[in-house]
Amino acid sequence: MRKKIGVFVCHCGINIAGTVDVKKVAQELSEFPGVSYTVDYVYMCSDPGQNLIIQKIKEEKLDGVVVACCSPNLHETTFRRAAQSAGLNPYECEIANIREQCSWVHKDKDKATEKAIKITKGIVEKLRWNEPLQPIKVPVTKRALIIGGGIAGIQTALDLANSDIEVVLVEKNPSIGGHMIQLSETFPTLDCSQCILTPKMVEVSKHPKIKLYTYSEVQEVTGYVGNFQAKILKKPRYVDPDKCTLCDECTQVCPVVVPNEFDLGLTGRKAIYIPFPQAIPATYTLDIEACPGVLPIACGKCWDVCEPKAIDFDMKPEIVEEKVGAIVVATGYDLYDKKNMAEYGYGKYPDVLDGLQFERLLSASGPTRGKILRPSDHKEPKEIVFIQCVGSRDPELHNKYCSKICCMYTAKHAKLYKHHVHDGQAYVFYIDIRAGGKGYEEFVNRTMEEEGVLYLRGKVSKVFEENGKLVVWGVDTLAGQDIEIRADMVVLAMAIRPSSGAEKLAKILKAAQDTDGFFAEAHPKLRPVESLTAGVFLAGVAQAPKDIPDTVAQAGGAAIKVVSILSQPELLHSPLVAQVNEHLCTGCSMCVDVCPFSALSIVEGKAKVNEVLCEGCGTCAATCLRSAIEVKNLTHLQVHDMLTASLGGLK
Amino acid sequence: MNSEHEPKIVAFLCKWCSSAGSDMAGVSRLEYPSNVIPITVMCSGSVSPLYILSAFNLGADGVLVSGCHPGDCHYIKGNMYARRRMALLKELLPYIGLEPERFQMSWVSAAEGLKFTQIIKEFVKQLKPLGPQTQLRRSL
Ligand SMILES: Cc1cc2nc3c(=O)[nH]c(=O)nc-3n(C[C@H](O)[C@H](O)[C@H](O)COP(=O)(O)OP(=O)(O)OC[C@H]3O[C@@H](n4cnc5c(N)ncnc54)[C@H](O)[C@@H]3O)c2cc1C
Ligand code: FES
Repeated sequence: MRKKIGVFVCHCGINIAGTVDVKKVAQELSEFPGVSYTVDYVYMCSDPGQNLIIQKIKEEKLDGVVVACCSPNLHETTFRRAAQSAGLNPYECEIANIREQCSWVHKDKDKATEKAIKITKGIVEKLRWNEPLQPIKVPVTKRALIIGGGIAGIQTALDLANSDIEVVLVEKNPSIGGHMIQLSETFPTLDCSQCILTPKMVEVSKHPKIKLYTYSEVQEVTGYVGNFQAKILKKPRYVDPDKCTLCDECTQVCPVVVPNEFDLGLTGRKAIYIPFPQAIPATYTLDIEACPGVLPIACGKCWDVCEPKAIDFDMKPEIVEEKVGAIVVATGYDLYDKKNMAEYGYGKYPDVLDGLQFERLLSASGPTRGKILRPSDHKEPKEIVFIQCVGSRDPELHNKYCSKICCMYTAKHAKLYKHHVHDGQAYVFYIDIRAGGKGYEEFVNRTMEEEGVLYLRGKVSKVFEENGKLVVWGVDTLAGQDIEIRADMVVLAMAIRPSSGAEKLAKILKAAQDTDGFFAEAHPKLRPVESLTAGVFLAGVAQAPKDIPDTVAQAGGAAIKVVSILSQPELLHSPLVAQVNEHLCTGCSMCVDVCPFSALSIVEGKAKVNEVLCEGCGTCAATCLRSAIEVKNLTHLQVHDMLTASLGGLK
Repeated sequence: MNSEHEPKIVAFLCKWCSSAGSDMAGVSRLEYPSNVIPITVMCSGSVSPLYILSAFNLGADGVLVSGCHPGDCHYIKGNMYARRRMALLKELLPYIGLEPERFQMSWVSAAEGLKFTQIIKEFVKQLKPLGPQTQLRRSL
């Protein structure tokens, strides 16, 4: 039986009626096959306008409604709700956009009216074949996976766990803490980084709702929002944390020394080690790559001295599976690789350091117990040069973006240097100072004025060694002159890069990265903690360079977004998904190959749609040679009929 | 040659970028010729070559497919498929006797209202000298 369709033409005051003859549209449509009722009204979206639709659906026993009005982005939901309240299926209501795409962009009333008629007829043709649909209901697993155990991941985990949601936290390193645990004091208040972070780390390890996997990586994620399955690889640490008593006997006897990652190579560590005293979990890890061999014959000294027998050379990599409903990416950053900065002698001269190495020098628990000493000869540097924007804001050679935190931490470094070396002179080369943040501008000003740090506006072209000094060649663009400084130490504010492995993880999660490799947010302003993949959220520097306060704020934002999904009894998914005509499908699997969401598979020789994964993009429909797969309510037949109407019919 | 001919154009616009971009042209009140009837689809990747041939078959003088910029597709890579598919189709059109200029593909983001109007103006200008499309039009 043919549908009885009602067409409601909106004047939108004079927004539409000023250029489109709305009466004529209604009149022409009333003669169009299948249309049994038409009316025009001044504001369809107003209460009386909506009531008119509801009343006419009932009175005229309409099976479908076309509202010719503004863009569906504005009022599709409004009118579908109205239709639903009159007993219609919401998918039996469609919008013909005759404002943004017609009345607002044309002046000639006859032509605009003619176009509005065609647009509306096209939508009537589409509606004719629409099926009534129900949203797809998806159950929800009330657990969250957080990837990355820096301050971003720690904060998200705590916020979620304290909201009574179970959390699985995966960290690739032997301990959680991220970069923040390496920092000395933090701008702008100069509170000790470890002092404010370690209580949170302990809380994570003690929280009954948090399951912690350190020295682990996410290998595979399948499923969809509400129901993900993650495979997590637990790398063997060859030490049983439950037995280890932290007696430190093992490191005493271990004969192998390798660079210590925690101190960024400024010190060494043994092959069996604890990354830092407050590590969580508090246990040792055996670095199998540095160890002469797992076979006790090769060395086995640590095993011999370990009284509680916590060392187990037979540990194997283990893969565990966890089911979760939402995922938060908090994988943070790495510093820009030093091999890119050869002109500054980074990696070549021991007294050219990066910012994190300098943090370690400043740290009371660091290699020099908080004294600023040159790695080369352990002398106090009397002249020190800080260079900002190293590898940032340089679209030709390096990264085009601003790393955002370097202006602030360089000011902090220069200030702390002066606190340690009162008679020393600090220079800062900068492009401009970006200190947007509460108390930040004041912080930088104090560094300049109270500490007497010399800020030089300009770039450094070269750093080289001469007679035990580091010669820095630069320009002062304000004074317009070349500058040469013979320094004892140079500190580079290296660009912030997405952490290594971000690309691999993005593929695993099917989450997009931006052009710089950071995880892309769904909308730069309105959806800054959501990724484009439903159920995957972002926190911290993984999304873009930012400092600790912003990271913590974003982590809280990500947590509440996770709660807003996991607190629902079930999720609703749009029913506008692909469907297969099994009579036509030959199982060629071309659609399976093009689907961006892995929503298709071949089951018993026919394509099968996973309706929850399907986003309804229709790439499959355009690929299938036999039209065996189509998106509901936008089938080939519907498009064909829309075309016919749009082109004025076959008269 | 009929330079007064008003070409009939169908534009397949993806919902997330190009249709939103044409909405933006509306919001900014940027005028352009009324020859184009927009058909909103989910993604440029859902536009089957069949749709384009059908449009010509039903009497279109020109067909436009417009999607998100490469890399910006709401469905990750739908427009990449569209780009390949449409480039091939354009190359095939001369073999069935159709001027390839009658078919065009473009990238218009949700913010590029002005670009949308420029594309339409340019397309209309390009189609006018070609006159009515009769090669594929279904005989009446
Ligand atoms: C020199 C320097 C000084 C700074 N000083 C300050 C300051 O004074 N004040 C301030 O507010 N900010 C400061 N910052 C910025 C601060 O370091 C960051 O804002 C903060 O560390 C960001 O936290 P995060 O958790 O997002 O990232 P990170 O600290 O990088 O943590 C990310 C964690 O994720 C883990 N991870 C990465 N990839 C994976 C994976 N695939 N699987 C599992 N785990 C993974 C990493 O091992 C790491 O533990 C400074 C930064 C630098 C470079
Ligand atoms: S959604 Fe715009 S091209 Fe795919």
